[in-house]
Amino acid sequence: MYQFLTGFMFWVSVSIFFIGLFVRFIFYFTGLNWRLDRVAYKSYPFYGIKGALKSVFKWLFPFLTRVWRKHFFITIASFAFHVGAVIVPFFLLAHNVFIRGKLGIFHSIILNQLTADILSWLVVIGAVILTIRRIVLPQARILTRGYDYFILFLAVAPFITGLCARYEVGNYSFWLYSHIIFGEVFLIAAPFTKLSHLVLFFASRIQIGMDFEIKRGGMKSKNGMAW
Amino acid sequence: MYSGKLCSKEPVKTKEQLQALLKDTRGKTYYKEMQNLEVDTDLLWKTIQTTLNSRIKTWLEICSRCGICAESCFLYLANDKDPTQIPSYKIQSTLGEIIKRKGDVDNAFMQTAMETTWGKCTCCNRCAMYCPNGIDTGVMFSYLRGLLYQQGFVPLEMKIGAGMHRIYYAQMDITDEDFIDTFEWIVEEYEKDYQGLKVPVDVKNADIMYTVNAREVKYYPEDLAYAAILFNLAQENWTVTSKGWEETSLAMFAGDWEACKIQVKHVYEAMERLKPKRMIGTECGHAHRATVIEGPYWMGRKDGKPPVESIHYVEWVAEALRTGKLKINPEKRIKTPVTIQDSCNYVRNGGLKDITREIISYIVEPGYFVEMEPCGENNFCCGGGGGFNGIGIYRNHRNKGLTVKRDQIIKTGAKLVLAPCHNCWDAIRDLEEEFKIGIKWSFLKPLLIDMVEIPESMKPAS
Ligand code: SF4
Ligand code: SF4
Repeated sequence: MYQFLTGFMFWVSVSIFFIGLFVRFIFYFTGLNWRLDRVAYKSYPFYGIKGALKSVFKWLFPFLTRVWRKHFFITIASFAFHVGAVIVPFFLLAHNVFIRGKLGIFHSIILNQLTADILSWLVVIGAVILTIRRIVLPQARILTRGYDYFILFLAVAPFITGLCARYEVGNYSFWLYSHIIFGEVFLIAAPFTKLSHLVLFFASRIQIGMDFEIKRGGMKSKNGMAW
Repeated sequence: MYSGKLCSKEPVKTKEQLQALLKDTRGKTYYKEMQNLEVDTDLLWKTIQTTLNSRIKTWLEICSRCGICAESCFLYLANDKDPTQIPSYKIQSTLGEIIKRKGDVDNAFMQTAMETTWGKCTCCNRCAMYCPNGIDTGVMFSYLRGLLYQQGFVPLEMKIGAGMHRIYYAQMDITDEDFIDTFEWIVEEYEKDYQGLKVPVDVKNADIMYTVNAREVKYYPEDLAYAAILFNLAQENWTVTSKGWEETSLAMFAGDWEACKIQVKHVYEAMERLKPKRMIGTECGHAHRATVIEGPYWMGRKDGKPPVESIHYVEWVAEALRTGKLKINPEKRIKTPVTIQDSCNYVRNGGLKDITREIISYIVEPGYFVEMEPCGENNFCCGGGGGFNGIGIYRNHRNKGLTVKRDQIIKTGAKLVLAPCHNCWDAIRDLEEEFKIGIKWSFLKPLLIDMVEIPESMKPAS
């Protein structure tokens, strides 16, 4: 079982994840159409790149945009959740050792145990806050479907099981197996579900940045769009 | 498939049809016929398949359903934070649902979608600035307008407006002769006050070709005279065109993409015929959006620009004041608390915020200008954009929507609101009528006319 999950399934899930997301990212851009979208994407590369970079950068860090400043709590919760969710899987020592066994690659940036713990907890706490927010706030509740909770669950399950394994709560190997399975489910599901926002967030922000910069006033106002 | 006499999938093609629609008071027959309109679900789905590309598909898919966009929408705020007014909710429950059902929706669904599309969104694009995922719900609604229009589910006034463009190349029944006659007549009226005042028609290679909003011809001809006076005072080499003089596009509000193209093509042909150095459009937001920002794409122009450089009236005013072509008598600068309504169509979607502030620095006595909060790109829609002002059945929705602008204005303490946009101007007039908050509102032209210095050569002979 362990062999199967960390061997065959590891390769399958990792390949689906990377290839799938890569394909989605590329298809997003090949699927754009300057005439239908009414944006001269290719005619003004300087403005296009400027608008795209600004639109991604400003939203990638907390409090740089009006929204991030105004919605203090969701900003904190959302960044706590996303930062951990992206960093931990890549830089956790245990993952690194495992990857070295597989690929022979070992990168030098390793999270120390405490940081890894804190970040993982932030993911879980962030997810709890985001869930409560969905239940409590009318403007989030009306939009939320079962699917949205399911996606949140897919994202947080590897962390919960990972933490349980880390603290050896009850049966270690149960949690380890669950962790691996949920991790792989996440990897496989990402390209096919809303989890694809992992890359499509960037795609969409690049597009809207170009849209405003090239077509909607970016060339006329002093600083382009004031996100 | 059922087709009503007034309400059908067919666009307006004849003057008679237009007349019949105009005569239908409050759309009594029109909306009654709409009850029986069938949805051509195959056509709907086929159209979606050929026109929906990765941008909108992705927007609908990756929406986090976080509701952050809620407070960006003035209609959500105006309606006591009604969750059904959240941009994401509005678009997911209409366009999102149509796509999910592969176009298999019924009459009742389409009528609700129509109400949401024209009665709950002005396509102001404010939500696009506030969505972390870069989702522009306004753009999606404008796309949905096209789908609904194609199926005949469109408010009466929008159907008429689009029809006008198809027949008169103008948003109302004003012919080319009416336009020139009115312009010449009104300019004549002012000739005695401004020596040498004239309106050059169809002059080739002029520096400026001026385009207008047909409402000016029909309801505010003085505006045409003011434009002529200011161009003459600035000693501009300008002209109007006897064909293709209308800059607006109700077809854009209606989602009649074919009529959008018909209209803008007409204007571009005038540019190509007269070869002016620049085209300057009047103080109208959506006209600028239609002819200068979106129009090039309807015409398939790869660089996204009209055939000649085209600017908004405020850009010309700023330039004329900056270069001294127009000189303001400092005594006559505005000395009452004044604010400005930033039009969504040329500020958020056209980048002209700084230009209008520059104008203010010349025409308002320092200390009297107060910004609205929020302002610039972040400003709220006036409450009447996207066709909202003109649609009878959604008048109550519109009036409710005006309260956000009302409160914004009250907070500034201003007694005068500059509104260099026809839709904004109308909305602010209506909000004053509706709520009586004691303000005046104005385009720039009439204010400038009172403030500019008149060179000796143009002063009336006495
Ligand atoms: S802010 Fe954006 S992601 Fe969030 S609900 Fe609104 S449209 Fe969706
Ligand atoms: S475009 Fe404007 S009116 Fe429409 S949903 Fe967005 S904020 Fe509201």
